[in-house]
Amino acid sequence: MNAAKVLDAKGLACPMPIVKTKKAMKDVEAGEVLEIHATDKGAKSDLTAWAKSGGHELLKHEEEDGLFKFWIQKGE
Amino acid sequence: MTVKNMTIQDIAHKVLDNEELFLLDVRTKDAYQDWKIESGNFSYLNVPYFDLLDGVEEIMEQLPKNQPIAVICAKGGSSQMVAEMLVEEGLTDVYSVEGGMKAWSEHLEPRKVSDLKDGGELYQFVRLGKGCLSYMVTSGGEAAIIDAVRMTEAYTEFAEKLGVTITNVFDTHLHADHISGGRRLAETTGAVYWLPPEDAGEVVFNYQPLRDADHVQIGQSHIDIHALYSPGHTIGSTSFVVDDKFLMTGDILFIDSIGRPDLAGKAEDWVGDLRETLYTRYKELSDELIVLPAHFMIMDELNEDGTVAERLGTLFSRNHGLNITNEEEFRRMVTENLPPQPNAYQQIRETNMGKISPDHEEQREMEIGPNRCAVR
Repeated sequence: MNAAKVLDAKGLACPMPIVKTKKAMKDVEAGEVLEIHATDKGAKSDLTAWAKSGGHELLKHEEEDGLFKFWIQKGE
Repeated sequence: MTVKNMTIQDIAHKVLDNEELFLLDVRTKDAYQDWKIESGNFSYLNVPYFDLLDGVEEIMEQLPKNQPIAVICAKGGSSQMVAEMLVEEGLTDVYSVEGGMKAWSEHLEPRKVSDLKDGGELYQFVRLGKGCLSYMVTSGGEAAIIDAVRMTEAYTEFAEKLGVTITNVFDTHLHADHISGGRRLAETTGAVYWLPPEDAGEVVFNYQPLRDADHVQIGQSHIDIHALYSPGHTIGSTSFVVDDKFLMTGDILFIDSIGRPDLAGKAEDWVGDLRETLYTRYKELSDELIVLPAHFMIMDELNEDGTVAERLGTLFSRNHGLNITNEEEFRRMVTENLPPQPNAYQQIRETNMGKISPDHEEQREMEIGPNRCAVR
């Protein structure tokens, strides 16, 4: 998947992954994808809910050895 | 002005003492609806922290001005951030709840249920966040623990305080809603770990099989724990009669509900056992026995003193699950329209069998959420 930007939020605890994601989203155009790497277990449910409330779309997420990857498409 | 912290123990005491508190829960709406700190005297507002990143102005009107506000989240990070924002807006009586819902899930509150003969004592450990109840019976310098939860230090520290040695550890059945601390507690204290063998067919460690009509003595003063086979929630479920006065029902009978038979995938098979236990075996026992269950579901089940206990005779007249004369109707109630199953209950069962060994953090995650062992 082509991401316009990759955000490294590894090692950060809640609320920082979302705080950083929100900030990084400002550098991405509508329709473009932000890729996020996080290790906080709560990131999945929080990012899913945050994307929904902000009008973005969580396109895909993966988990491998404690590393979570998310691809969020910025809404209009 | 800085944010003050409130401990989970403070919150537990407010719940048990019926104090008022305004709780601002900043987890997601789903998490909040699934599970929160319940109290009839609390006021609530749920706004996810990520909706407040640009400021808290929008919710200021919904917050009380002359009452303490406790902010809570999953682990304590976001609540700290939101509480700081509220203080910046000029609110002064604002607290962040340390450890959040994770700490709430793990907190145990010991309450004395009764004295026993010859100086013995009976304590109930109330796990408010998950509704788990476990017990300590002491007598003659010894202690037995029944249905221990994962936080075994709570029992070892309490035993040390009382000056008693834990010699016997029991589980009434193979738990599906929480990780048993029984095995670990037995290993660290050298106590005997008793399990009903019908539930332990797949366990991969050594245990002492507990069979119907077995008696275990605690201390020289002979507090007697009498095993009473009472299948239905699981095939091995066993109740204990302590000192001829207390009936520990495990997950078979609760104060305002009864056990569900489906968590091991056998609802249809076990519904007959459940009915037999509740409507025949328990009926033969003295009405004067005090029922001590392994769970509570709603705060209304707590007594004034924070314990969960009721006369068996009272339950036979008031508990809906004990008053369904029609067998078909009973069958439908315990097999159809059941509440959702507890979080990760299959993994929890496998952990309790010793088949998988998740690390501490994984065990915490598996136990998030309410227990859901009952049908009403």
